[in-house]
Amino acid sequence: MYAEAMPGESAVAAMQGSLLFGRLTLDAIPFYSWVAMGGAVVTVFTVLLAVLWVSWLGKWRYLWSEWLTSVDHKRIGVMYIVLALVMLVRGFIDAIMMRAQQAIALNNEGYLPPEHFEQIFTSHGTIMIFFMAMPFLTGLINVVVPQQIGARDVAFPFMNSISLWLTAAGAGLVGVSLVLGRFSTAGWTGYPPYSGSDFSPGVGVDYWIWALLISGVGSTMTGINFIATILRCRAPGMGLMKMPLFVWTAFCTSILMAFAFPALTVVAALLGLDRTLDMHFFTNDLGGNMMNFANLIWIWGHPEVYILILPAFGVFSEVTAVFSQKRLFGYPSLVYATAAIALLSFTVWLHHFFTMGSSPNVNAIFGIATMIIAVPTGVKIFDWIFTMIRGRIIFHPAMLFTIGFIITFVIGGITGVLLAIPPVDYLMHNTTFLVAHFHNMLIPGALFGYFAGTQYWFPKAFGFKLNEFWGKMVFACWFVGFYLAFMPLYVLGFLGMPRRLEHYHNPDWQPLLLVAFVGACVVLVGIFSVFMQFYVSIRDREQNRDMTGDPWNGRTLEWATSSPAAPYNFAVIPQVDSLDAFWAMKEKAEAYSCKDHYDPIVMPKNTGVGVFIGGAGFLLGFAIVWYIWWLAALSLLAVIGLLMFRSSQKEAYEIISAETVLSIEQARVRHYPEVQSAMSERSPS
Amino acid sequence: MITVAELIREHEEESLENRAYGFWLYLMTDAIIFALLFATYVTMFSNTAQGPKPVDLFDLQHVFIETLCLLISSVTFGFAFLASVQKKLASSVGWLLITLVFGLSFVVLEVSEFLEMINEGAGPQKSGYLSAFFTLVATHGLHVSVGMVGIMMMTCQILFKGLTKPVCSRLFRLGLFWHFLDIVWIGIFSVVYLPVFI
Ligand code: HEM
Ligand SMILES: [Cu+2]
Repeated sequence: MYAEAMPGESAVAAMQGSLLFGRLTLDAIPFYSWVAMGGAVVTVFTVLLAVLWVSWLGKWRYLWSEWLTSVDHKRIGVMYIVLALVMLVRGFIDAIMMRAQQAIALNNEGYLPPEHFEQIFTSHGTIMIFFMAMPFLTGLINVVVPQQIGARDVAFPFMNSISLWLTAAGAGLVGVSLVLGRFSTAGWTGYPPYSGSDFSPGVGVDYWIWALLISGVGSTMTGINFIATILRCRAPGMGLMKMPLFVWTAFCTSILMAFAFPALTVVAALLGLDRTLDMHFFTNDLGGNMMNFANLIWIWGHPEVYILILPAFGVFSEVTAVFSQKRLFGYPSLVYATAAIALLSFTVWLHHFFTMGSSPNVNAIFGIATMIIAVPTGVKIFDWIFTMIRGRIIFHPAMLFTIGFIITFVIGGITGVLLAIPPVDYLMHNTTFLVAHFHNMLIPGALFGYFAGTQYWFPKAFGFKLNEFWGKMVFACWFVGFYLAFMPLYVLGFLGMPRRLEHYHNPDWQPLLLVAFVGACVVLVGIFSVFMQFYVSIRDREQNRDMTGDPWNGRTLEWATSSPAAPYNFAVIPQVDSLDAFWAMKEKAEAYSCKDHYDPIVMPKNTGVGVFIGGAGFLLGFAIVWYIWWLAALSLLAVIGLLMFRSSQKEAYEIISAETVLSIEQARVRHYPEVQSAMSERSPS
Repeated sequence: MITVAELIREHEEESLENRAYGFWLYLMTDAIIFALLFATYVTMFSNTAQGPKPVDLFDLQHVFIETLCLLISSVTFGFAFLASVQKKLASSVGWLLITLVFGLSFVVLEVSEFLEMINEGAGPQKSGYLSAFFTLVATHGLHVSVGMVGIMMMTCQILFKGLTKPVCSRLFRLGLFWHFLDIVWIGIFSVVYLPVFI
């Protein structure tokens, strides 16, 4: 394999390899296992197929000029979600491979060599967190927040495009690691000293580091963008306490992104310095201290779980109110609970390493702080339940996800409070109990929310509704599959099964692992249903058109526009004077009025610079991973050059003429009579 | 009825204000990066692993001149900005160039300090302490270098485009960045160098 740097060798690791290709040789192709080779082949073929398909449709120009170069927040949001769905499939293939391995590997090696199994749990965790969940929530925020606050775009549309493409560049690096070289084997948190160059000399950890660094910069910029958007671009009259709850959660998530992600940047960069320039931040020898790594990564890591979960809480709040056909119960308490969670999330990071030698008093303080977070979370659960009580609940798939979430999340919360007790954590740490706990939070608490959001806002993005039968299938399979796949892991944890186990010799574990495998298969049907739902809905789109822009009798401003929303969202920026602004407009019968004259609208013009910056970022990461220094220098120069080019250019605008605006607005209100009858049928007494 | 030109002007003004706001947010994220590097430095202060200790390494005079250069450059940037507000193009460019000279001297002094240490066998590979030292100080130095690229770019923009609104707003943001680096340096001076001399 690679020339190995011996421990303690003084030459800088980065000097190895050839001038032209660094340490990239033909050995990089995964000949070491047929499963890995299969993965590489499938990856290459999938990419080729996608390229051929677009070429066959003759859609490259359209794709480039309408989507890839777009600075429209709605399109950027959709692209984020497409990325998330692709990565969900990739992450899930990893998951079911692990489940299959553990189902059969009693007293034998199974079908995965240990080193490959380690790559798989690392890439599964990394992909699910950074390239599935993060793009998914960022996508939803992008599509929805500007529309909910009555804005035409985000504060920094061009930066938004850069964020997207940096995220995609990071995802691309993880993808390339399947084909060239290997991925990290150090778990999704990459703890040193194992992840240092003494113990992990190959390119795997470097792929992990650069995927995180590049996409992390994107996330920081997204955070900044949405703090500015929410604080500065709200429609007149929308005070902070009149913002829809999803906006509040997006706001808190953005704050966490902007202020937690720098910690990830620092810790990944320091590990990179250790590995590439032979420094000693986290090594065993010469004064390194790996506890610094544990602290730094979890100072980012715990806020990160709230970054993932808060937007889902926002979705649940919107969905509960709309599909219970009632006002949200306890709006102020939900706002304060959200803010409290965001604040507290910075004070509990040490619970991830209770077992790593802090004094009992320190552990106790962090344990208590952790338990306190359960209080605002409980407040929220009650608010959602009280919203449903005496409401006329419509069992739309989005609502099913919400109900499934409430039930399941409480179980996860209880196991979380258990784990917050340090002595208990000493027993459960690094067992499958922990694996069950965090999946119990992430799948219902984050993923169900993103799914619900997709079901709920899809018509706003595309102009037609999703098929409800397949939506219910998605829910049913994920719900049942989740319980089957993860409840056994709680039991296995009590039976002492460690996490990240490639094979085992305890026959008591196998039956439960088989159940977990069946659960993963049910989830597989759920994933299939996700795509089936898109297919069926696109096929039948003419029957499911959303003509009025308000398919669910919604309450918030995003439903006040046509579906799909025009590039400018609002022809006239609305004046807001209450929570549930669109509901108030409907009550005052102002929702479907159309003026006979509009002003033209100025929007930023699309630009390819963001795509190129993402591409250069990808090359930069790839080059550093393989020590191809000329390419690294070149791509860095490209990034700087592109930024300078962009900032010295004159801003280009797209002018939407008054006539175009008028015709779009007239089309929307033309269907007003239908709405009115639908509303009087459905509105609660 | 509003004309398109007016709409564009409105849009532009709003977006410049947003940028100033966003830049403050960016500075906060950068401040967190430095704060964490400072924390790392402090926790690794005694991890010298039988290698050179802080007392053996620093030269007060050198650091003093470095500090002076950077502080003066902040003042001269202030003059450049004031000149731009008063629409004095030549004087603004002049002060920017002076700032550039001081910034450059700072970076040259810093690099020479680094090279000297590395030649004495006190490079960043020597110990955890030195890794933390080099990373913290060089991250600041890298920021200063980026700032200098920014100054060169702004000089060109002022010369070619004049002191238009977008140019002035960029200059304002670059100024924030430059003064921010000054503050960070004062932190480095007090945390890294000062304890060694007193
Ligand atoms: C239903 C789908 C899923 C299944 C069947 C599944 C299965 C697994 C399995 C078998 C492991 C390894 C457990 C071990 O160490 O023994 C794992 C780890 C992990 N999963 Fe999942 N998972 C799923 C969905 C998710 C989602 C949606 C997320 C995040 C949003 C996620 C995040 C993680 C993380 C962070 C790890 C830890 C990786 C590591 O050990 O470094 N998983 N999962
Ligand atoms: Cu935590």
